[in-house]
Amino acid sequence: MNATSERGGLTRDHALALLGQMLRIRQFEDRCAQLYTEQKIRGFLHLYNGEEAVAVGVMQALNPEDAVVATYREHGHALARGVPMSALMAEMYGKRTGSSGGRGGSMHVFDVARGFYGGNAIVGGGLPIALGLALARKLGGRPGLAACFFGEGAVAEGEFHETLNLAALWQLPVLFVCENNLYAMGTALARAEAVTDIRAKAAAYGMAAEAVDGMDVLAVEAAAGAAARAIRAGRGPHLLECRTYRFRAHSMFDAQLYRDRSEVEEWRKRGPLISFTTRCKALELITEADFQRLEQAATGEVDAAVTFAEGSAWEPVEDLERFVYAEQRA
Amino acid sequence: MNAVTDVPRRMSYREALREALREALQSDPRVFLMGEDIGRYGGCYAVTKSLLAEFGEERIRDTPLSESAFVGAGIGAALGGLRPIVEIMTVNFSLLALDQILNNAATLCHMSGGQCPVPLVIRMATGAGRQLAAQHSHSLEGWYAHIPGLRIVAPATIDDARAMLGAALRSPDPVLIFEHIALLNMDGELSAGPTLELDRGAIRRPGRDVTVLTYGASLYKCLHAASQLAEDGLELEVIDLRTLRPLDDALIMSSVRRTHRALIVDEGWRSGGLSGELGMRIAEQAFFELDAPLARVCTAEVPIPYPKHLEDAALPSVERIAEAARALVAK
Repeated sequence: MNATSERGGLTRDHALALLGQMLRIRQFEDRCAQLYTEQKIRGFLHLYNGEEAVAVGVMQALNPEDAVVATYREHGHALARGVPMSALMAEMYGKRTGSSGGRGGSMHVFDVARGFYGGNAIVGGGLPIALGLALARKLGGRPGLAACFFGEGAVAEGEFHETLNLAALWQLPVLFVCENNLYAMGTALARAEAVTDIRAKAAAYGMAAEAVDGMDVLAVEAAAGAAARAIRAGRGPHLLECRTYRFRAHSMFDAQLYRDRSEVEEWRKRGPLISFTTRCKALELITEADFQRLEQAATGEVDAAVTFAEGSAWEPVEDLERFVYAEQRA
Repeated sequence: MNAVTDVPRRMSYREALREALREALQSDPRVFLMGEDIGRYGGCYAVTKSLLAEFGEERIRDTPLSESAFVGAGIGAALGGLRPIVEIMTVNFSLLALDQILNNAATLCHMSGGQCPVPLVIRMATGAGRQLAAQHSHSLEGWYAHIPGLRIVAPATIDDARAMLGAALRSPDPVLIFEHIALLNMDGELSAGPTLELDRGAIRRPGRDVTVLTYGASLYKCLHAASQLAEDGLELEVIDLRTLRPLDDALIMSSVRRTHRALIVDEGWRSGGLSGELGMRIAEQAFFELDAPLARVCTAEVPIPYPKHLEDAALPSVERIAEAARALVAK
């Protein structure tokens, strides 16, 4: 077989788009790490390196009318959903031009115009919200689904079980995306769960579930697309377990005592960027020059975002108590 | 339709709550109800009885015993453009949803820079007096009043039971409505229309000698004490706070400036509670108006016990309120 027949419908443009998105996320995160050491970014910072294929793959299946609920490790989801990088970086800085006006920081990125409902830093806390966003679509007779990202650590929370049950009971349009990166902070899944197959938990609620290689953006895209089509066809909620790995520490305060360096290195070898790039080159869809061009474009975008954030104003202290209550009557 | 004339003028507190729900469901297609046993069972306190037959299962949604998920779903549905009314059986059970109420409902608007107001109404039963013991009898509304981002209301009258829901639904913010279980069977005349403004207290009995600040079922104990003391020529001014967050400081201080004495009656516990907040506000804003130390009558600092004599002993009583008011004027 030649390269053309092995492409499976993957076009050069789409390959460039997927790779470009993953590169944007990777470079954004690497710059955030650097800015953190320079104390430009403070608080908790959780980086998405290694998991880019999950957000980018799933977002391919979503439409503008869909809602997205993510976790505190949500920079990648925000970028893949279309939140401007400049607003995202300004949020890291806590500047007024940030996507949440600087109020939320790294863990609380909101962009309602793009259907992006946060950045939730309570593990499992976003699941019921996604349920409600889906319920609003169903009761309101509107199209669209709610995509809810959460880590495998959330599976231990009662809210996970309550939400899966209700979503299945009410047949709501929710796409549950479990980003299984094997560790809840430092606690390995097998040390926390009696049953480590997350699909089995969905099955207990009669919910369709599938596991997919979360390091393979095409596999994630295909699985999310199939799940989203089923949900939109009225076949109820679906759970997608994306098996992935976090290359960096949990946050910037993590000595990583719980895993071996060799384990990280093994996962890095099959990282989403390197594997997809290698594959696309073998399929003769992209060249090294393409890769470098995308990398440079991402660098330029990150540079511009930093410049924007640095140049943005702080919110005046007089505005401290704004938005505790809504400023417009419902 | 003219809602005021179409409903019976005399009704119970429970019926007033139900009328408010019915009117909300009739007037706004975005409104729906969600909670445990609100549909087929008719509501654990029968507030939602008959609504399922009238509005159907899509809008009167029975939920499993999953407080966190259905309160969180209410938040999400509010973000999604609906006007959910979530019922939690009692305030004690609301603690199972406290994460959603505090970390999401109260927080999202501010944390998102104003993008995510949460127009959610949560109703729950509160209070003691029915011998339901220590896991169904507490008054934790003062706790919730601690939380910025929430609005806390406690209807004490038939009119307020009827009108506060509509006002809560018109608010773009999360509103928690605390319905005292001892009031559900109270009958009364509906005298006001279905609209009111949140955030305002009301003087339920004017008087010159002592300002009594209270809310919920304690209102009637205070009014009873005021009637008794009036026979001795002592005039209490009884204020129904109605909204516990934000507090109506202007009304409270204007009364204290007239009477120069203040007594707080709160069914919550004393330590770290709403009574302390009220007292401190008076100290901050009207200290030099006071002719006597601030006083309060609260629930004894015990989990509410089951036997009637002990439950009665734990709660604010007409006798303790009258005694505290007398002591204030003796000073």
